[in-house]
Amino acid sequence: MAAAEKQAVTGAGPFNGLLTWIDQRFPLMQTLRSHLTEYYAPKNFNFWYYFGSLALFVLVIQIVTGIFLTMNYKPDASQAFASVEYIMREVPWGWWIRYMHSTGASFFFICVYLHMFRAMLYGSYRKPRELLWIFGMLIFLCLMAEAFFGYLLPWGQMSYWGAQVIVNLFDAIPVIGPDLAIWIRGDFVVSDATLNRFFAYHVIAVPLALLALVVAHLLALHEVGSSNPDGVEIKKSIDPATGRPLDGIPFHPYYTVKDTFGVVAFLIVFSIVVFFAPEAGGYFLEHNNFIPADPLKTPLHIAPVWYFTPYYSILRATTEEFVFWALAPGLAAFALLIIWTVRSSATRIAVGVIAIVLLLGLLTLDAKVWGVVLMGTSVVIFFFLPWLDRSPVRSIRYKGPITKTAIALFVIAFFVLGYLGTESVTAARTLAAQIGTAVYFLFFFLMPWYSRMDKCRPEPQRVTWK
Amino acid sequence: MPPRAAKGHLEMKTLFALLALAAPLALAAEEPVRLDSAPIDPRDVASLQSGARSFVNYCLNCHSAGMMRYHKLLDLGLTEQQVKDNLLFTADKIGELMNVALTRKDAKEWLGTAPPDLSVIARARGPDWLYTYMRSFYRDPESATGWNNMVFDRVAMPHVLWTLSGQQVQVERKFKDMEQAEAIGRQQKNAWKIDVLTPDQAGKDGERFILKTIRTETAGSLSQIDYDIMIRDLVNFMTWMSEPNQVTRKQVGYIVILVLLLLLVLTYLLYKEFWKDVH
Repeated sequence: MAAAEKQAVTGAGPFNGLLTWIDQRFPLMQTLRSHLTEYYAPKNFNFWYYFGSLALFVLVIQIVTGIFLTMNYKPDASQAFASVEYIMREVPWGWWIRYMHSTGASFFFICVYLHMFRAMLYGSYRKPRELLWIFGMLIFLCLMAEAFFGYLLPWGQMSYWGAQVIVNLFDAIPVIGPDLAIWIRGDFVVSDATLNRFFAYHVIAVPLALLALVVAHLLALHEVGSSNPDGVEIKKSIDPATGRPLDGIPFHPYYTVKDTFGVVAFLIVFSIVVFFAPEAGGYFLEHNNFIPADPLKTPLHIAPVWYFTPYYSILRATTEEFVFWALAPGLAAFALLIIWTVRSSATRIAVGVIAIVLLLGLLTLDAKVWGVVLMGTSVVIFFFLPWLDRSPVRSIRYKGPITKTAIALFVIAFFVLGYLGTESVTAARTLAAQIGTAVYFLFFFLMPWYSRMDKCRPEPQRVTWK
Repeated sequence: MPPRAAKGHLEMKTLFALLALAAPLALAAEEPVRLDSAPIDPRDVASLQSGARSFVNYCLNCHSAGMMRYHKLLDLGLTEQQVKDNLLFTADKIGELMNVALTRKDAKEWLGTAPPDLSVIARARGPDWLYTYMRSFYRDPESATGWNNMVFDRVAMPHVLWTLSGQQVQVERKFKDMEQAEAIGRQQKNAWKIDVLTPDQAGKDGERFILKTIRTETAGSLSQIDYDIMIRDLVNFMTWMSEPNQVTRKQVGYIVILVLLLLLVLTYLLYKEFWKDVH
């Protein structure tokens, strides 16, 4: 019998018996060991490594507060707006729950953006962590969908018109676009039907996918092991006596106590916003969203919430002139660069053909289509980072000046695009957004070349520590 | 910072379309009105009570506050009987919401547009906008109601409080440089804005900057100071009403942050204690 063969649990005092009983029927101790007490993480994690566990913490906040909000919210176009105010005014502590949820949405993106940026700084996506990165990117996509669906629920003017604008983007897809947009909305305009389905996506469909992906992300992480700020594998330096990585420490208790400290520090910043500035100056809760949705009154200025504004800027920057003067020549130059540097003639021919097809498309299709394509590309491009980065080293610590400059420019472009996305359009701002868009894409598209030619310093054998 | 709710949505769109058509004729580039800072304090209970009275007397006939319950007024230090005697006109019971008898359909027919619900208007417009708006009406013979507003051009609402504030007219003064116009503008007790002409439009004298202000023509039953105080109280009440739990929220916040700071020290010491043996 398998049950009898397992060793009894020791060291849990009065709970030894109970834990033994469970462990003989469920892989309890083995799971705890492989994921916590005997999962060895590098000891040299720095500030940037807090944001993974913090993102998970925010996910928990969102789920728990979301459950309580669902108890009082009404997904009905005639009652939604008032039911949110009902939560704010009459549900005991409802305002706290609601502000935690609305602030949590923004902080989820802050944590995830910093978490992704950490991976970019230290090359965490490099082999063998490509799949880990892809799971992470899928989480990011789910998060964007979750935020988008959730933003319709308060049924304010920005909820309504933001959803209208984004769903209309699908309209731009050739042939199937218009029908697809109607299928998504369930109506010819955003309406009660749209609100009902977005509610279903927001409270069950996307969260399920999100949770499953988080599990996959963690399983993949624990399979390959965590990277670290030096980008060297701790598994290469094993203590021959114990078989453990010399630079590794058990996740529990070392990182559980460290991350607990991180969670409390995070909660302080989070609570300052929740209690003293829940609107965050109109960035977390937009002023216009305190006006109930009115399908007959289009606001003059429609802006998404801050976490979508960089992509929104890219969409708006893609004017006819930009397609003609920047995108088409850029594409041609890029194709020539590949044809010039790649040896395989099959690749050369394929690139040539694709480039010609795209060029024809650029010169014939509406600029709106390419705006949508660029916006989509600006998010999807992250998936390819593991293959775009050809540097001999992983970490920014050992990379050369070109990569450092490129990352700095990318960060600036991201912030500039983000800022411009919150503002109304002027000629100067459009030009700035176009320059930002160019920098944004050049960072990715030229990476295979500049990451390889950069002068990198050699990686150390072991992690550096204090 | 994202702008506060843009005024008058569709009307403004049409207006802009008309302006675009009339571009060659357009006289001046319109600058937004400089908003006065509303001197409000959501902890000033006397001011909130006074604002509640003004709100119920003057606003709550056409405008509803349909997400606000009369009962919540007890938070302003009033007793149930005081609310019933002084503030409960459009409802029977204190547990009811601040609704009005005017239906949206009737309102559209009679006024051209349904007066917006005011429950959370202060969060959409901001207290400064409301404070400036309520003090910026002026006589305009060309409008349907006989009134116009510096902050909200061609607003549908007539100046309900004009017997209190008196009647104002718009005054234009031309200046050669912006700084001079701004300096005079800043001395104004009411809203002001500066329209800028192109050199061609300005003609030979070169006075390109038009300072627009309002001046009281006939006095109302309140002095300007008393009227400003009344509007301050009204805006204070509307801001409080837009989030009645805002004072509690901050009070709870201080306690939560204090507890978290304590926890931060403890968790930091715990972390350092565990990590002592990591070399």
